[in-house]
Amino acid sequence: MKRQIPFALVFIFGFFTIFQYFVPHESSEWVYEFLLDWILIIGIFALALGIWSLWRVSIDKINNRRPNWGYSYVTLAGLFLMIIFGFTAKNGDSWGYYFPFVIAVLLVIIMLIQTIKAKGQSKILYIGLALLFLIISILIGYFDKSWSIHFSTSEGLKNTMFQDFFDYILIPILSTMFSLLAFFIASAAYRAFRARNVLATILLVAALIVMLRFNFYLPGAEYFARTSTWLMNVPNLAANRAIVIGIGLGVVATALKVILGIERGYMGKG
Amino acid sequence: MDLGTFLWTTFAVFLTMATFSFLYKDNPFYKFAEHLVVGVSAGYFVVILWFNGLIPNLFQRLADGDWYLLWLNSSKPWYIIPAILGIMMWARFSKKYAWLSRWPMALYIGISTGLAIPLTMSNQVNKQLYATMVKIDWAHFFGHGSFNLLDTTSGFSQLIIFVGTIASLIYFFFSKAHKGVFGAVAKFGIWTLMIGFGASFGFTVMARISLFINRMQDVKDWGKVAFNYSGNNQNYSVWFPIVFWLFILFVIAYIIYEIGYYLRSRTNKA
Repeated sequence: MKRQIPFALVFIFGFFTIFQYFVPHESSEWVYEFLLDWILIIGIFALALGIWSLWRVSIDKINNRRPNWGYSYVTLAGLFLMIIFGFTAKNGDSWGYYFPFVIAVLLVIIMLIQTIKAKGQSKILYIGLALLFLIISILIGYFDKSWSIHFSTSEGLKNTMFQDFFDYILIPILSTMFSLLAFFIASAAYRAFRARNVLATILLVAALIVMLRFNFYLPGAEYFARTSTWLMNVPNLAANRAIVIGIGLGVVATALKVILGIERGYMGKG
Repeated sequence: MDLGTFLWTTFAVFLTMATFSFLYKDNPFYKFAEHLVVGVSAGYFVVILWFNGLIPNLFQRLADGDWYLLWLNSSKPWYIIPAILGIMMWARFSKKYAWLSRWPMALYIGISTGLAIPLTMSNQVNKQLYATMVKIDWAHFFGHGSFNLLDTTSGFSQLIIFVGTIASLIYFFFSKAHKGVFGAVAKFGIWTLMIGFGASFGFTVMARISLFINRMQDVKDWGKVAFNYSGNNQNYSVWFPIVFWLFILFVIAYIIYEIGYYLRSRTNKA
């Protein structure tokens, strides 16, 4: 029962979705769009699992004083600040008591973390403090009219704090992390790229030509650029096409195995 | 640029430097940036998926109903089903009822695999094969106009794409021994693949290098703003260079600390 019904659901919905693809009727189109909405909504609800997991991992690190536990506070602060900023927006020119409100909410979260960790009398103390800060944040939110909470409209996306966190924290770190890979790839290539045989030499030469294409100080720079364009658009295209076709056939085979119940790894144990 | 924006830019430069410091070794500043980005990106996706996913695909469709009737009186009450299934995903939090989460998971997998089979066959297999099997332009086999083997639209390039794709696919066909003519074609296939891998590698390195240049450009611009290099900043104040030099002093202090730590650890080892 616990496993048979899910297998039946996969089989029925899998075959039904394949079948509807070949039915050129408007009701089939309607079902298609409806099912797309379904998986989108289910997928978004699954995000809560990820956030819960992040919370639990962080709390576990803090409570058990695992190595680098202090940084878990940074993770949780980033998470909750972004959520607070995303669901609140300024109404006029002034922020009013917005930042005391943000600090009060963060203190509620810190007190909750301390409550999980604490034992005996101190547990009651932290619960009391959490309630106090919660009341303060509710009172600020109720009486301060210079900003407001928005759950149903996307006003929060225009909140300057939300945008600043995106522009000055998220983007710099993410792009720097990606650019770090340049150094690691170059270092790995230095160790791994050896012209040991014909195939390794072909790989090395192709990589060098593509990497040197923007270097206008080199003699024959234009030739490098043209050769690089040809390499990217002709042999590279052929290789990528073969790989894409191979992946496509693999995806279809695996999908069929899942629908027919041969591949059951996604179901987990129990 | 006002002081507030300059402070944000300084923080972005700090995070950039903190992330790059990992090239030397794992350190507190890198850990700070790493943990911060995890929290902020999780919070960002919560907000984005709420406003761009759940609001338009679920709440707006149930909006004409009443919450106290569980939206059953809305014009699209069937949208409650994916919401219930989404909530069933949270049964994973409980050991006893974790099996309930298999139902939405089964629906998700059934619908996704059912969608994947025709779409993958169409986009990743059929369309790639159509694009490969084009009519060879024999009239311009060696290029349009003069002799030019690097012309990506010439008949020669079309032939290389066709033969390269087929040969690469043959290389991945292991049901027949790679001997004789079959082996020779497979060998051409691996050559094409190696050129493709080399070109993709070079392209990836260049993409990362351009990201690195972009980050360095931002650091350079920050330095220019600190000293009003362009001379047209109306909001420029004495705090700009003070913040700049404080940041530089901070970096120097950390470098001195690291050198001291290194020397101490060497002495202790000796």
